[in-house]
Amino acid sequence: MSLVVLSWSLFAAQIMLGLAFGCTAWRVLHGPRAQDRVVGLDILYINGMLLLLTFGIRTGTDLYFEAALVVALLGFVSTAALAKFLMRGEVIE
Amino acid sequence: MNHLAELPAPVALLASALVLAGAFLSLAGSFGLLRLRTFYDRLHAPTIATSMGISCVLLASMVVFTALQSRLVIHEVLVGALVVLTTPVTLMLVARTALHRDRLENNPGVPRAAAPDETAEHPEAARPEGPPA
Repeated sequence: MSLVVLSWSLFAAQIMLGLAFGCTAWRVLHGPRAQDRVVGLDILYINGMLLLLTFGIRTGTDLYFEAALVVALLGFVSTAALAKFLMRGEVIE
Repeated sequence: MNHLAELPAPVALLASALVLAGAFLSLAGSFGLLRLRTFYDRLHAPTIATSMGISCVLLASMVVFTALQSRLVIHEVLVGALVVLTTPVTLMLVARTALHRDRLENNPGVPRAAAPDETAEHPEAARPEGPPA
């Protein structure tokens, strides 16, 4: 019984995270200005990380957690670099 | 899905509630990013995903792995601390960038700079090409 509840709620959570992924992807593709695309990309990274964590709960391995850690780090670095580029026109001065 | 059958029922129910709540909050934040009108409104929406959505899913992961491995598994705290510490930094960076670009282009609806910045005082020092589109 609880196994059925857990597996179905994991499935529903993955559907919802996929919809959230779609929303942010739309913002990245159609964002009216560059800063909209940058914020959309940041949240796209967060949604992808959450999706990886739900896959990790479903399969019961630690591998997905390490991938999620790397995705979180890369999301921060890429967003900071893109914001710096939009502000100054170059990343490393 | 065999390993999930070993979970006791209360743990499984708690984990499923946490996962559902986290996914719903993340969906709400992303939907706000899609729906809100101006850029500065849109900046507020995803913070619900990066605070509560992240914490709920990470708590569910912690609960499941602690029950599965019969020991305390809290390495998800790393991800949570990383995201909670870096999200305000990145959003402040992007907001200041957007403000800077809007002021450069004299867009309406943006407050003026409190003190005249150096590009306003020395127009010849301003870069001629402007920010990239």
